[in-house]
Amino acid sequence: MTESRRPRPVVQLTLMRLREMMREPGVLFWTFGFPVLISVALGIAFRVKGPEPVVVGALPGVTAQARDALASDGVQVRPLDQAAAQAALRSGQVAVVLVPPARPGEPFTYRFDPARPEARLARATVDAILQKAAGRQDRLAVRDQEVSEPGSRYIDFLIPGLLAMNLMSGSMWGIGWVIVEMRVRKLLKRLLAAPMRRRHLLFAFGLSRLMVIPFEIALILTFARLVFGVQVAGSYAALALVSLAGSASFAAIAILVASRAQNTQTVSGLMNLVMLPMFVLSGVFFSSSHFPEVTRPFISALPLTAMCDGMRAVTIDGVGLLGTLPYLAVLAAWGVVSFVLGLRWFRWG
Amino acid sequence: MNPTSPDAEPAVLCRGLRKIYEAGRGSGRKRAGEVLAVEGLDLSIRRGECFGLLGPNGSGKTTTVEMLEGLLLPTGGEVRLLGMDWAHDESRLRERMGVALQETRLPEKLTVEEVLTLFRSFYQRPRPLEALLADVQLEEKRRAWVVKLSGGQRQRLAIACALVAEPEILFLDEPTTGLDPQSRRQIWGLVAAYRARGGTVLLTTHYMEEAERLCDRVAILDRGRLIRLGTPAELIAGLGAEHVVELELEAGAGQGALDEATLRGLPTVTEVHLSGEGVWALAAVEPERAVPALRALLQERGQRLLRLGTRKATLEDVFVSLTGRALRDD
Repeated sequence: MTESRRPRPVVQLTLMRLREMMREPGVLFWTFGFPVLISVALGIAFRVKGPEPVVVGALPGVTAQARDALASDGVQVRPLDQAAAQAALRSGQVAVVLVPPARPGEPFTYRFDPARPEARLARATVDAILQKAAGRQDRLAVRDQEVSEPGSRYIDFLIPGLLAMNLMSGSMWGIGWVIVEMRVRKLLKRLLAAPMRRRHLLFAFGLSRLMVIPFEIALILTFARLVFGVQVAGSYAALALVSLAGSASFAAIAILVASRAQNTQTVSGLMNLVMLPMFVLSGVFFSSSHFPEVTRPFISALPLTAMCDGMRAVTIDGVGLLGTLPYLAVLAAWGVVSFVLGLRWFRWG
Repeated sequence: MNPTSPDAEPAVLCRGLRKIYEAGRGSGRKRAGEVLAVEGLDLSIRRGECFGLLGPNGSGKTTTVEMLEGLLLPTGGEVRLLGMDWAHDESRLRERMGVALQETRLPEKLTVEEVLTLFRSFYQRPRPLEALLADVQLEEKRRAWVVKLSGGQRQRLAIACALVAEPEILFLDEPTTGLDPQSRRQIWGLVAAYRARGGTVLLTTHYMEEAERLCDRVAILDRGRLIRLGTPAELIAGLGAEHVVELELEAGAGQGALDEATLRGLPTVTEVHLSGEGVWALAAVEPERAVPALRALLQERGQRLLRLGTRKATLEDVFVSLTGRALRDD
């Protein structure tokens, strides 16, 4: 009877971690509140508006006829004098400035910056309207079909990135920082002075993360769905697999980073050194395809890139379990190498 | 071969124990830039004994204890606990000893009960939670977070964690440092109760009173070396005198008014020491003969006393006499 009442070390160590986390308001905020706040802020900043209207400036002398033709086709026309037109063009308030012919018989002038896509678009739009008003006939019959691809909005891109980033920070802070704090407090040493098995402690770290991760993911996904209508195109099993592999991989990296650090400042610095470049390079907020082609293989090999891309493959492209394999392979490689090195260098005292 | 029962061996035995802290990797030879923490220590602690390691900060007490506890690898020498050694019997040894490190900060946001349950989970045969709480008088604090406990309560909790499985040896590294006198006495009570149940204790301290009260034998360490070993009474007797006469002269008294040789010449005085604060301490066999002679001497030289007192000699005096330095600078 007494044997069955004896508490289990892995359970108790896991409970220790969960209790410490739940009883620390700051940890709760960074784990659950912060990612929601970021998605609100960025979701609002990049919310989808209707198509932008074409805005053009018209110098004195542009005929009322031309202005009416443009306005009736949805173009905003702003009458401007020379100086105001220059300023508006420079600052992007108007895309094109219409310059009337100096004397009858001379051509209309479109003044615009061809390096700006919206200026080229505005020029083409204005030209088509004015040519038509002047009597041009279209020779080819065409028809428009407007589509709105689900998952193509910025928020659909952002949410899986935020999930990946959050799981990475959770593993790094929740394991790396905590290990060093326990070392500083001599708690690691005290635990080792008891007949505690080292693998039980590491296992408990993993288990406590594993119990929090589903809540982190569910909270962000539910929020994103309710507020922004973000959908998961693929299977939740695939999403869970990528999340698990990513978290485990970063847990191993956290153990490596924390293996020797003797104080929490050192480990904070090391973790930022690991995480900050990936925040920028791995495409959490913006696609990493903006970086030069030569850097692509390097960026793809980063664990956060693998997790972000894997998440997006599931939530946006809807790939199944098999489709996540390439991402899982990258994460597993980082995890195994970090874990082996981390254990070899680890200092308990 | 003579088959020896492990139980017949001392609780703790170490021979030639050394520790050199090295800047980088290297062999056991001491080189420039290395710190020699413990130099060739031999100790044998009997079962049921309370043994004290005494010394000022940096004397190598903690290093020694952590090597004995199997938490620090010695640079050289041999350690045996309960007839076993760390290389072969680590898990069995851990079951049978209890440790309170110097200043462990237990998880702050766990309750007393949760911390004890955590430590109970590590042992094969833990004692019941209620018994542990009762031992250290923390029943009323069982649901309090560690961070809310006083210093004395935290230290009692740390000792309860060490007593979770009724160990055969209890290691206490500076168990009462920084505690108020009442908390200190409570800790002494815990140690006494544990010893009454037959336990062996190894404690370090820089409080002489603590060592005199608790320890059967003490080893005085200084700069990593054992400088004296014996019962507190033996060590005090080694001074050659059981009483200390302390005196302080009024400010402005001419320097050199008194000197060591003169004071040593007083009747029954065996040792003379001048502290940094200008207090003379004379070890005297018969203070009732030494003090009148001292008064006569001062009168003759026109010196006036600020303070004069006699007390029983303590281990502190032993340490001062052995090293010429005070044990504590606080």
